Amino acid sequence: MPKVAFWQGNVAIAQGALAAGCRFFGGYPITPSSEIAETMAEELPKLGGKFIQMEDEIGGIAAAIGASISGVKAMTATSGPGFSLKQENLGFAYIAEIPLVVVDVMRGGPSTGLPTKVSQQDVMQARWGTHGDHGTIAYVPSSIKEMYELTVKAFNMAERFRQPVLVLGDEIIGHMREKVLVEDGLEIVNRKRPVVAPDEFVPYKADPSDDVPFMAGFGEGYRWHATGLTHNDWGFPTNNAADIEKKMLRLMRKVDRFRDDIVEYDTYEADDAEVLIVSYGSVSRSALRAVHEMRQQGMKVGHFRPITIWPFPDKELGAYASRVKKIIVPELNCGQMVTEVERAVHGKCPVYSKGLVNGELFKPSEIIAAVKEVA
Amino acid sequence: MSDRYEIRFAGSGGQGVILASVIVGEAAALFEEGWNSVQSQSYGPEARGGSCKAEVVISRGEIDYPKAVSPDLQVILTQKACDEYAANTKPGGIVVLDDFFVTELPKVDAEIIHLPIVRTAKEKLGRELVTNMVALGVAARVLEKKGFLKPQAVKQAVLGRVPKGTEELNAKAFDEGYTMAE
Repeated sequence: MPKVAFWQGNVAIAQGALAAGCRFFGGYPITPSSEIAETMAEELPKLGGKFIQMEDEIGGIAAAIGASISGVKAMTATSGPGFSLKQENLGFAYIAEIPLVVVDVMRGGPSTGLPTKVSQQDVMQARWGTHGDHGTIAYVPSSIKEMYELTVKAFNMAERFRQPVLVLGDEIIGHMREKVLVEDGLEIVNRKRPVVAPDEFVPYKADPSDDVPFMAGFGEGYRWHATGLTHNDWGFPTNNAADIEKKMLRLMRKVDRFRDDIVEYDTYEADDAEVLIVSYGSVSRSALRAVHEMRQQGMKVGHFRPITIWPFPDKELGAYASRVKKIIVPELNCGQMVTEVERAVHGKCPVYSKGLVNGELFKPSEIIAAVKEVA
Repeated sequence: MSDRYEIRFAGSGGQGVILASVIVGEAAALFEEGWNSVQSQSYGPEARGGSCKAEVVISRGEIDYPKAVSPDLQVILTQKACDEYAANTKPGGIVVLDDFFVTELPKVDAEIIHLPIVRTAKEKLGRELVTNMVALGVAARVLEKKGFLKPQAVKQAVLGRVPKGTEELNAKAFDEGYTMAE
């Protein structure tokens, strides 16, 4: 039986993490994400888990990586300034292939920026914030229900692909409260444990069926060498060209080949639309209102909402691009995801950017005005 | 916008306007049947003293845009908030104003209810802290008259939210507000 709750978005993320089996949180509180840490601090000890407030955001992700290596599902949560600090260790988790969920509840930037105000300025940082090639999986929830369910999925994907998975909330969705039907019995995925004896175990030898190596818990008696240096199947640093290329291509391939399992999107009134609005996160709430009102005025407007921005639903959006006349992308930055939209649309129709960086969420009327301007 | 009813509480940080809005949202979501609700807020980095507004949207259907566009009901507790937000009331809506902090009444196409919310909390109940509960009582009476939420649901949400040991004081403050709005 689904339970009715009236959760704040950040609480829903924490509840989703707990439901997914997360038993470690390492972090440092920062507005507008602090309620995630607060909830985990209260709830984890009741479930035998551990909460540690570290000295800073860097320590927070480092502790979570350590916990995950030891075999526990782990997370950290932050906002833009902390997300910047975490980038180095995020890269470490990509190359060392450590399952981890990192939440960034976006506020205005750059730097300390606007602690209590909304933005979507970190969407490109989520893809390319840490240096080096890697596949990125990032969810952008637009409701409290999604804050809960996509956090569960983020853990599942992190465990399945042995890498960090990002949940990009924003101040509006993080701080607002909403009635939600909490479904139970959601699918839970756990990492693949070694199927051979410790002396036969090669720590980074990938399973050919999915390119993901089996993962032993540190201290369970299996070999473990965790390093940020590019390594061979034994986990040891290598300068061998073949080993380097094998590792790098596998890192990319383990996500790329299952792209269709990961990508999620939603549409509203898109099938006969002449103008398609593409928006994500809290902005989509304004955009849906705008579509609703413009439809009442007889305008053929629809909506396309990426639920994963990484990987971006490019071929799915591309299919609409040949049917609509125009696409407009309202987002709370100066035009970031619009470049991905342009890549997906590939010149099949004009794409317009509508940025907003005043710390506020788009009013539906502002989106309607933007659509009318281009229509 | 007839598919949604928008309520805004506005005042100064520390007056409890966010909690008041959370309680209305909870009353609709958890203590009534068939209502959806979304609550949101806007405030600055200060802990106290900055401008603060908090909003609840209730609807029988899905709620898309989570903020108030033009509130059907506003409860405003400072002059600054009144100057900033009163004009945004939906034509024909209701503005409840505190008579201690709001002395200059706005010219708006709405019913103005000017009440001793802060004074009741301070003088009658002895704790300015319960201003928001008095305000909630007023809001609950308006919502009852409009046929939206039952005051019992709002009171139930109050009792579920306030710290243990303060239930009696908060319930009394709620009742004072409710009766005041008759």
